[in-house]
Amino acid sequence: MLNQLNHLKETASQTAGPYVHIGLAPNQAGFDIFEKNFANVLTGPATKGERIRIEGRVIDGSGTPLRDVLLEIWQANAAGRYQHPADLQAKDVDEDFRGWGRACSDFETGVYRFDTIKPGPVTGRNGREMAPHINLWIVARGINIGLNTRMYFSDEAERNAKDPVLNLIEWEVRRKTLVAQREELNDEVVYRFDIRIQGEDETVFFDI
Amino acid sequence: MEKTNERPAEFLQRDRSVHPPAYTPDYKTSVLRSPKNALISLQNSLSEITGPVFRRDELGPLDNDLIRNYAKDGLPIGERIIVHGYVRDEAGRPVRNALVEVWQANAGGRYRHKKDQYIAPIDPNFGGCGRMLTDDNGYYFYRTIKPGPYPWRNRVNDWRPSHIHYSLSGSGWAQRLITQMYFEGDPLIATCPILRSINNEEAIRGLIAPLDRHAAVQFDALAYRFDMVLRGSRATLFENHLQGAQ
Repeated sequence: MLNQLNHLKETASQTAGPYVHIGLAPNQAGFDIFEKNFANVLTGPATKGERIRIEGRVIDGSGTPLRDVLLEIWQANAAGRYQHPADLQAKDVDEDFRGWGRACSDFETGVYRFDTIKPGPVTGRNGREMAPHINLWIVARGINIGLNTRMYFSDEAERNAKDPVLNLIEWEVRRKTLVAQREELNDEVVYRFDIRIQGEDETVFFDI
Repeated sequence: MEKTNERPAEFLQRDRSVHPPAYTPDYKTSVLRSPKNALISLQNSLSEITGPVFRRDELGPLDNDLIRNYAKDGLPIGERIIVHGYVRDEAGRPVRNALVEVWQANAGGRYRHKKDQYIAPIDPNFGGCGRMLTDDNGYYFYRTIKPGPYPWRNRVNDWRPSHIHYSLSGSGWAQRLITQMYFEGDPLIATCPILRSINNEEAIRGLIAPLDRHAAVQFDALAYRFDMVLRGSRATLFENHLQGAQ
């Protein structure tokens, strides 16, 4: 007989369901209730850094885009620092950038979009620099527990090659599923990032 | 705002045995929406131990009162209830300033959502969403109408038990969680393919809120108690290489 430590167990996850918008994005569900809503625009006029747009779709195992998916992103500021008290890096804080946003895919096209800034590199474990990246979390009907992934940038090839997390992925062919493609459209910088949940070119998901 | 964990400490490994797996074919939508590959496990870096910080001034005064926050010309119809509880981490410490967001159907099982076509009517005085921040003890509470069960297209005669959806954002990105709360005694709990996607009876029981007569308000509202647990962080800080300290 062994004595057990009485740690509590994490509350079990459940799917967010098809009506996740009611709670997390009521405007998308079709009604107006809160005075202030959380949104997919992370920047204000005073936010520092290069403005970028992230755009893409989340695609199921049949190749069909999810039209009811909700995504959140969490990222560092332009200097590579998170707006959180546990980030003790000696880098500039940006009071005009929280680093978090929430977006829903369009009910018709399945396209999601964030307006944000390109993050700087963050120091990783053991002092190894991580390439600029954005943390993503995806929930929807049919997804029992939120899927975590990261988005890296196609114009950061040199840093990506040294990134400690990308290099953890033993199958080199899978690393490219985390790299968003940079496009410049009428002075706007857009990174296209499609997420494939299942099947060919399946996106890498992490247990973080 | 103060957060639970202001020291850079990594989170404990997620115990996947309390969670549903991604692929649960009795819940049919999961079949094409679950990865085929295994998840790749990461040791935490700053990206996972930090997370968004929310402020009280972002929320409105009625955000945690679903009975009044969408009332137009009267009160919503249905059972008046209070739901309350504590958010703790796996070590039992309170999770302070956690954002708790809830959403649900009305008393008849109808959602206020463009895509819900169920024949039960919309309640003109009920919206169905609310949000709040936990206090220094990890405590939260809100007031609402008990939601009704509703049918859904899984098997032809599947019905969801009455439930309230929850979203929790704790102190770190790794704690992000969405779940559902059920009500003690509901016979639909036994046959729900979404709840049964969890292969762990104790974890299922953890999602069922007991009636809490002590918190009921006389001649006004009954109450249910629902406590939640988020991932805890390492207790010791030795050999902490999160930010390059050697």
